[in-house]
Amino acid sequence: MLDKNGIAKRIAKEVKDGYYVNLGIGIPTLVANFVRDDISVEFQSENGVLGMGPFPFEGEEDADIINAGKQTITTLPGASFFDSVTSFGMIRGQHVDLTILGAMEVAENGDIANWKIPGKMVKGMGGAMDLVASAENIIVAMMHTNRAGESKLLKKCTLPLTGVGCVKKIVTNLAVLDVTPEGFKLLEKAPGVSVDEIVKATEGNLIVEGDIPEMDI
Amino acid sequence: MIRKTVANVEEALEGAKDGMTFMLGGFGLCGIPENAIAHLVKIGVKDLTCISNNAGVDDFGLGLLLHKRQIKKMISSYVGENDEFERQMLSGELEVELTPQGTLAEKCRAAQAGFPAFYTPAGYGTEVAEGKETREFNGKMYVLEEAFKADFSFVKAWKGDEAGNLIFKGTARNFNPAMCGAAGITVAEVEELVPAGDLDPNQIHVPGIFVQRIFQGKNYEKRIEQLTVHKSN
Repeated sequence: MLDKNGIAKRIAKEVKDGYYVNLGIGIPTLVANFVRDDISVEFQSENGVLGMGPFPFEGEEDADIINAGKQTITTLPGASFFDSVTSFGMIRGQHVDLTILGAMEVAENGDIANWKIPGKMVKGMGGAMDLVASAENIIVAMMHTNRAGESKLLKKCTLPLTGVGCVKKIVTNLAVLDVTPEGFKLLEKAPGVSVDEIVKATEGNLIVEGDIPEMDI
Repeated sequence: MIRKTVANVEEALEGAKDGMTFMLGGFGLCGIPENAIAHLVKIGVKDLTCISNNAGVDDFGLGLLLHKRQIKKMISSYVGENDEFERQMLSGELEVELTPQGTLAEKCRAAQAGFPAFYTPAGYGTEVAEGKETREFNGKMYVLEEAFKADFSFVKAWKGDEAGNLIFKGTARNFNPAMCGAAGITVAEVEELVPAGDLDPNQIHVPGIFVQRIFQGKNYEKRIEQLTVHKSN
């Protein structure tokens, strides 16, 4: 079974040379730490920066340079700043190659819910609805089950949706799965996890064909 | 040159009244019009509708207006990090309209640029699209979103000149440019106000035509919401 860093490490393998990538808050943010350094990638943050670098050294932080999580950041050579309209033009216009974000629930048809728990958590969708409605290439980083042990990979989402039929790939602590017209297709299992455990942890339709390889991370 | 400078925040906010709709720039606490917010608290205008990506934190930014119960309705994309906001929302004291961030930005730009409405894929099939017109273009579904209408826009820039031209710094730019010229009166506060001619016309982010009043801001706190640093050796 993978921890959060393990999930991020596996997703980092999906980041290809020449990609512009938008990382959501949480596990997706960790992906930047594991991207190979022999490829060229630029990270976009929807509040208005392309070419995000690591956190600044103590004392060098600048209140005017933050990411979408409101954390102080730095920029790398080749970076640019822009306004919110331009930023979402990049996203809506499909100029961003890969979007990685977290989810509370994903359904077997690719629906995603990650912004609201009625009566409990109403913080807002931020840029998530624009991102999932527009991106061609969306990877969801999430735990396979919730704290009560219930599956988060469902036949149908129970929470208010963020977007419909948009998720293509999911990386969880247990598995890598593709979302296909027939349901979740199991591609890889996490180290030390059996196919049986993945079957038990998946409520939505799960397609298991042939031998399932273990993730190489 | 058409002069846009006003002497101070009092003059800049003249005409701001109860029940009005305001746009306020900023993302989190980054690039917010600190002086305008402080003055709105001071003059006590109430029953306001505020369009702003976020709602500040408990003791800063729009949180200051929330504390004084001056806001009737918030239109935002993300409102976490504010306990008072959550309390007022859950108790029904505060009306909240959550809007996808890119849609929020575009609703400002549409108002600025003279578009009554536009189609966006964001929110299709979700509760955000409920009651709204939808339409298919090239096999994909889109939601019709309307331009905002506001009385004042309050924005903050790094540098500005007497003609109202603005230059922003870093990610403090965010929603500020799209809000300029998107309301009846746009008020820009700047960290550094310079004479006309001092800014290179090639470097202007927002031309002065979109700004009605500009003033030299003061006492900027520029608070950091999430300080994240590496320890230096």
